Amino acid sequence: MSAPATLAAPRQGRRPAVAPVLVLAVLAGVIAWLWASGMAAEILTYSDDISYLAMQHLELVAWAGGLAILTAVPVGIVLSRPAFRSISEAVMQVFNIGSTVPTLAILALSMTLLGIGTVPAVFGLWAATLLPIVRNTYAGLHAVPAHLVEAATGMGMTPRQVLWRVELPNALFVMFGGIRTALAICVGSAPLVFLIGAGGLGELIFTGIALDELPMMMAGAIPTALIAVAVDFVFGQIQYHLVPRGINPLR
Amino acid sequence: MIRLENLTKHYGPAHDPLVAVDNISLDLPTGEICVLLGPSGCGKTTTMKMINQLVRPTSGKVFIDGKDTSTVDPIELRRSIGYVIQQIGLFPNKTVEENICVVPDLLGWDRRKSRVRAQELLELVGLQPDLFLKRYPKELSGGQQQRVGVLRALAADPPVMLMDEPFGAIDPINREVIQEEFLKMQQSIRKTIIFVSHDLDEAVKMADKIAIFRSGKLEQFAAPDDLLARPANSFIEDFLGSDRALKRLRLISVRDAMETDFITVLASDSIEDAVRRMRASRSVAAFVLNADGAPQFVLGEQVADTRTGTVSDHAEPVKCTVPRTGDLRQAVSLMFAHDMPLLPCVDEDGRMAGVMSYRSIVHNLGHGEDA
Repeated sequence: MSAPATLAAPRQGRRPAVAPVLVLAVLAGVIAWLWASGMAAEILTYSDDISYLAMQHLELVAWAGGLAILTAVPVGIVLSRPAFRSISEAVMQVFNIGSTVPTLAILALSMTLLGIGTVPAVFGLWAATLLPIVRNTYAGLHAVPAHLVEAATGMGMTPRQVLWRVELPNALFVMFGGIRTALAICVGSAPLVFLIGAGGLGELIFTGIALDELPMMMAGAIPTALIAVAVDFVFGQIQYHLVPRGINPLR
Repeated sequence: MIRLENLTKHYGPAHDPLVAVDNISLDLPTGEICVLLGPSGCGKTTTMKMINQLVRPTSGKVFIDGKDTSTVDPIELRRSIGYVIQQIGLFPNKTVEENICVVPDLLGWDRRKSRVRAQELLELVGLQPDLFLKRYPKELSGGQQQRVGVLRALAADPPVMLMDEPFGAIDPINREVIQEEFLKMQQSIRKTIIFVSHDLDEAVKMADKIAIFRSGKLEQFAAPDDLLARPANSFIEDFLGSDRALKRLRLISVRDAMETDFITVLASDSIEDAVRRMRASRSVAAFVLNADGAPQFVLGEQVADTRTGTVSDHAEPVKCTVPRTGDLRQAVSLMFAHDMPLLPCVDEDGRMAGVMSYRSIVHNLGHGEDA
């Protein structure tokens, strides 16, 4: 019985990371094409606009995404509590229907309520970002095996301790999946807020389209894509390191 | 001591309730393993869960060491009772060390003290602490997980443990090993254990007392040997099975069952002489011992009519012996396996102590039956 105990746990060797290599290769190809066609030089003439608007873009995303996480996670937790189990599916349906409303429509509604500028923009993005986080928080907590909760309760944890020490850690990986999806949506929808006067990289994209200026449009589109990739990368890293090894399929 | 007093649990509407547990009264002595046994849906798990208030009784009371548990804060109560479940329920986000230290941490033990405790406990079941403390449950085999699950319940040294089919999810070979291990541990820790099982063999092996349940009612509460020898009614008789006499084999020790009316002879004695001495002393067998007193050859009743030759011409070699600390099951198995109708029993030093025959086995199993 102690014989297998002396063997070290089998630790899988890290698989060579294929995805990042692929992304870099595609990126290199795009840059090479931009350079060769002379497009790059034209795009770079907008570099001042790009850095200013990208900052603005990031700020919008940070506010909307941050507030979405801060509201959606508690809502998901509350919906998963036994006391709310009877209404939780109905509430989730409301969220589902809400998510079918196009972001543009949400922004339009937001503008009629709050006027133009940063506040209605953040509100609109926040509303569009909410759903995946709520759904994944709820689903992740739901998926925690009942016997873990029973064991925790039977050993004398209070409901709050069960939530913090058992349920949330074990739901964390799924919750992070929702947060990453939501932030990707948030970054990708953020150019639209230019339409209600909140700036951001949408300014270059929509102006570029209106003026039929491809380089100007690209000057907005490419940084938007890069921000989306970077945000996802950062949260992927946080997910990798924050979710305990025992329940992290990536480790 | 744990005392259950008229414990009852109803589910559903009050005017037409589903009676899960019906007026159970039981006294469970301190330091013993009591197995709650019965088919599924008989109320045994519900009864157990009413002890740590995971299920609130409809009526009736539970006393632990004379104290009514309904007056104790359920959180505090549960921290003072070890709890093991069938699915083991190790927290996959925590290491083995953190899992074992869950209750000590809840009780606010000094961190260093609880970690040392985790180390000691792992050593107790033969898992090397330096290898296992930092592992996660998914990196353990099923048997190792189950051991850690039991250690976790023991960590804060609770006087009472509730175990809900704790070894149910393990393969039969490992289960035997862990049961043995647990019994050995229990010899020294002497916890009061409530153990839910639906497996009769497990119950007979583990229990000091067995409580048999049927549809929420307590049918019989007795020591395993009593239960097998004297089932109270036909339901229990059916539940125990037609081979219940064989199940008692494990419960009777060789020491209690062996016969001591054998004689010793020398290999050089004449057979006629040996047979005469056997008859005179009404012995079942004669043994030739070596210098250390260990049985070497056996002379049985088949030589009764032999007249010529010496003992060494007719005696058969002793192919195996059973230690007198063993049980009848072991003895019978050896008798069958080696075709030895007369099985010598030896003491701790290997010296001849007694003899086991088919007759002594039948006599012992029959003992206590109301014909």
